[in-house]
Amino acid sequence: MPPRTRRFSPATTGRAPRDRAVRRPRNTIPAALAPTATYPNLRRTLLAALTLAGLGLLVFAGAASADLLTPESGGSPNADDIDTLYKIVLVLAFIIFFAVEGVLVYSLVKYRHRKGAVAAQIHGNTRLEIGWTVGAAVLLVVLGGVTFAMLGDIRNPPDSDAAGYDGPGVVQVANAASGDRQPPNGKSLRIQVNGQQYLWRYTYADGDDNRLNNVFSYTDMVVPTGTTVTLEIKAQDVIHSWWIPELGGKFDAVPGHTNYTWFKVPADKAGTTFRGQCAELCGRNHANMLANVRAVTPEEFEAWLAGKKRAIETGNRDVVEQRKQLFPTEEDQVTEDSAVNPTP
Amino acid sequence: MAVVDTTAQSTTGVPQVLASKVERPSEGWTSWVTTTDHKKIGIMYIVTTLVFFVLGGIEALMMRLQLGAANNTLLSPEVYNALFTIHGTTMVFLFVVPIMAGFGNYFVPLMIGARDMSFPKLNALSFWLLLSGGIVFYASIFFSPPEVAWTAYAPLSGAAYSPSGGVDAWIFLVHLTGLSSLVGAVNFYATIAHMRAPGMGWGRMPLFVWTILIYAILLILALPVIAGAATMLLTDRHFGTTYFVPGQGDPLLWQHLFWFFGHPEVYIMVLPAFGIISEVLPVFARKPIFGYKAIAAATVVIAFLGLLVWAHHMFTTPSPSVVLIFFMLSSFLIAIPTGVKMFNWIATLWRGTIVFKPPLLFAAAFLSLFLIGGISGIFLAIFPIDWQLHDTYFVVAHFHYVIVGGAVFAIFSGLYYWFPKMTGRMPNERLAQISLVTMYVGFTMTFLIQHSLGLDGMPRRIYEYQDIGNLELYNQISTAGSFVLGIGIFISFYNFIRSLKKGAVAGPDPWLANTLEWFTPSPPPQNNFDEVPRVRSIEPMKDIRRQVERQSGIVSDDREPARS
Ligand code: HEM
Ligand SMILES: [Cu+2]
Ligand SMILES: [Cu+2]
Repeated sequence: MPPRTRRFSPATTGRAPRDRAVRRPRNTIPAALAPTATYPNLRRTLLAALTLAGLGLLVFAGAASADLLTPESGGSPNADDIDTLYKIVLVLAFIIFFAVEGVLVYSLVKYRHRKGAVAAQIHGNTRLEIGWTVGAAVLLVVLGGVTFAMLGDIRNPPDSDAAGYDGPGVVQVANAASGDRQPPNGKSLRIQVNGQQYLWRYTYADGDDNRLNNVFSYTDMVVPTGTTVTLEIKAQDVIHSWWIPELGGKFDAVPGHTNYTWFKVPADKAGTTFRGQCAELCGRNHANMLANVRAVTPEEFEAWLAGKKRAIETGNRDVVEQRKQLFPTEEDQVTEDSAVNPTP
Repeated sequence: MAVVDTTAQSTTGVPQVLASKVERPSEGWTSWVTTTDHKKIGIMYIVTTLVFFVLGGIEALMMRLQLGAANNTLLSPEVYNALFTIHGTTMVFLFVVPIMAGFGNYFVPLMIGARDMSFPKLNALSFWLLLSGGIVFYASIFFSPPEVAWTAYAPLSGAAYSPSGGVDAWIFLVHLTGLSSLVGAVNFYATIAHMRAPGMGWGRMPLFVWTILIYAILLILALPVIAGAATMLLTDRHFGTTYFVPGQGDPLLWQHLFWFFGHPEVYIMVLPAFGIISEVLPVFARKPIFGYKAIAAATVVIAFLGLLVWAHHMFTTPSPSVVLIFFMLSSFLIAIPTGVKMFNWIATLWRGTIVFKPPLLFAAAFLSLFLIGGISGIFLAIFPIDWQLHDTYFVVAHFHYVIVGGAVFAIFSGLYYWFPKMTGRMPNERLAQISLVTMYVGFTMTFLIQHSLGLDGMPRRIYEYQDIGNLELYNQISTAGSFVLGIGIFISFYNFIRSLKKGAVAGPDPWLANTLEWFTPSPPPQNNFDEVPRVRSIEPMKDIRRQVERQSGIVSDDREPARS
């Protein structure tokens, strides 16, 4: 097929080709196919469209910094790494997007039917087709490579900072389960997250196996900055999903299973509250199953934890006292631990 | 009735479509109820599914209205949850999947030169099963509609958390429409395998027929799995089994079974749409399809890989790394044949002489929108990124780009393309253009911004949200867009109804098309063809037109170029 030379010339593009009625003699093209639309000046339209697209891009670029185009991040290194990975993919995506849309729009405009134009009767081109298949494959290999390169940092928690919190609640998990990633030194603040219709409950580890006297809270989780926090995510009724966007990805809380994730809030974020909410449909009030993570300094955290522990202990004692007065015969069935703290 | 001059194959004489004495086929509503004619059944499929499309659309607009303001109290959570459950189920099971069967019913026999489907009575059964599935499901809105989303995840869908009959209505719908599709799929397979015109080898089958063949095979592979899973859910709910009960069974088993069906279901919806595009582009670019073999092969490869990617919907569940990595890579793989199709379509336009008729307008819109859905899919396939995006509005945007921007725009392209064949009338072009622009703008307003909603932390399936950041603004843009989209769709429907009576008479082959359905009068007579021509290429109708030209000396516009 010799290359065809056909150019936009003022004669063919400069005015609306309204003269479709002029046909070759004995032309049997049905009326239905005869172009009826009067095309506006397509070159000008194309220019306008390109200008608009350019402006749109500028706006987008500006907005990108305002997180119009990228995931939330800033609360934890894994969220930041996901954000970076996303941005790398986004750049490639934009290149592909503009290249393909560009060729598409170009062909639509350039090869629109005009009087006397004749379609090239090409059936294919094996070289070209193999070329773009390989091209697509190479691109995906690159994406896979980038993902694997970043995967370790996203999945594996780092150690806590030297100035991080290292008091009660920090545990060393021996024989971590397969999905349970631990920092290199094995030490992290361990919190069990439990989803239930329509509340999140957090139970702080205290080193012993008795879960009944642990510090716990609902909806608002308090964590120290500079400290690696590992979460053990469970559910007690239906499936929920733990998600605080700025602290990394979401992980489903599935009854009968345990899911794991971690985060580590940088030291300069003390005082920040990170908002999130349940991300798996769990019933009518799913929309209001909120979760907040409040980051405080290690000192504040220590004080908070101790205060909470005292409050729970006195609360339990008070309840036991009351029950003793109400049901004197039942006294030995009610222990301090089971009075207030729900079963894990 | 069409009498085709058989001399079409010889070198003398002019083949032509003649009208001779015909017995009037029976009319009136009984003829529709009792019919086994694939064309009537096809029309019933298309009309019924479009009615469900309108219902699903109304549900969508109600949801968008609720989300138009932060902390809105217009709808209660139970109504909202029911709405997205019914909307999603309707759009998948009662609109997109069966309308493809509708197009397939009408056009597969015509395109392959057959007089009907292999099993006409089974074909009627398919349709009536579909309709009963829809009625059973919609009846639940008068009692207690399901509120568990179209995915009906256990244990929420179990008797303990959803005691009302809504989930049972959903299960019943899955069974009835599933049976309908299975029967239909077997019928398509038999028809395509055995009833092709002489000379139409596998390598000359129209690409739309290829996609319907693969659609049928995928249905046969995927549907028994969801049918089994739904039955297990039913026995869990009512007969004391514990397949999906935590502790005794496993809720994740439901997800695996559901998505083993659910992902192929996506390709079941979108492959026939690809088929429509592959038919429309060459006709209106006046140029052969670029890389016929590659496109057909890509269809097969997509279907095969489509069976191996299901757990990319489960990246956030507690699953071993090796599972996450496997499903990320398999999802990457499927992007390759999809990209190949995209490139081939654009190459089909390249150096054509593109006539901007309504089918082409919608096909071009398909190309530009589906590309975005494909690209956002890559983000979701990378599982660490999916950990942020899963179950957010980013995903809602992604799959609406694929299913609405992809399948629905292709369906409209197909409706405009085949309307003249089915009704004998041309749709109005001006209205089609207005509809297209309105739909395109409305669609983009509705769904482009939803990517940002998801990135900003808005989960899906929530009936209200707090007024944080730009959430309310973005939602308002989306809601406004959805009404623009609705108006655009309405304009096309108005166009179709109006053109039934007022449209210009189409004649047998108004688009100068390439495939055999255009070798019949419009609408085709009951037996389709009196004489089936011999097929000598992938464009038999073009061959026939050329022969007419050679023998009659009348030249039409699409003949080989005489170089100037
Ligand atoms: C015509 C315009 C449409 C609009 C405005 C629209 C809007 C919506 C909205 C607001 C939701 C709820 C999102 C959520 O709360 O998670 C939704 C969900 C959904 N839509 Fe559409 N939709 C449209 C068309 C379609 C079509 C044609 C399909 C075809 C299959 C479709 C399939 C779905 C599915 C599968 C869901 C998920 C339902 C679920 O979460 O269970 N939609 N849509
Ligand atoms: Cu929830
Ligand atoms: Cu999938």
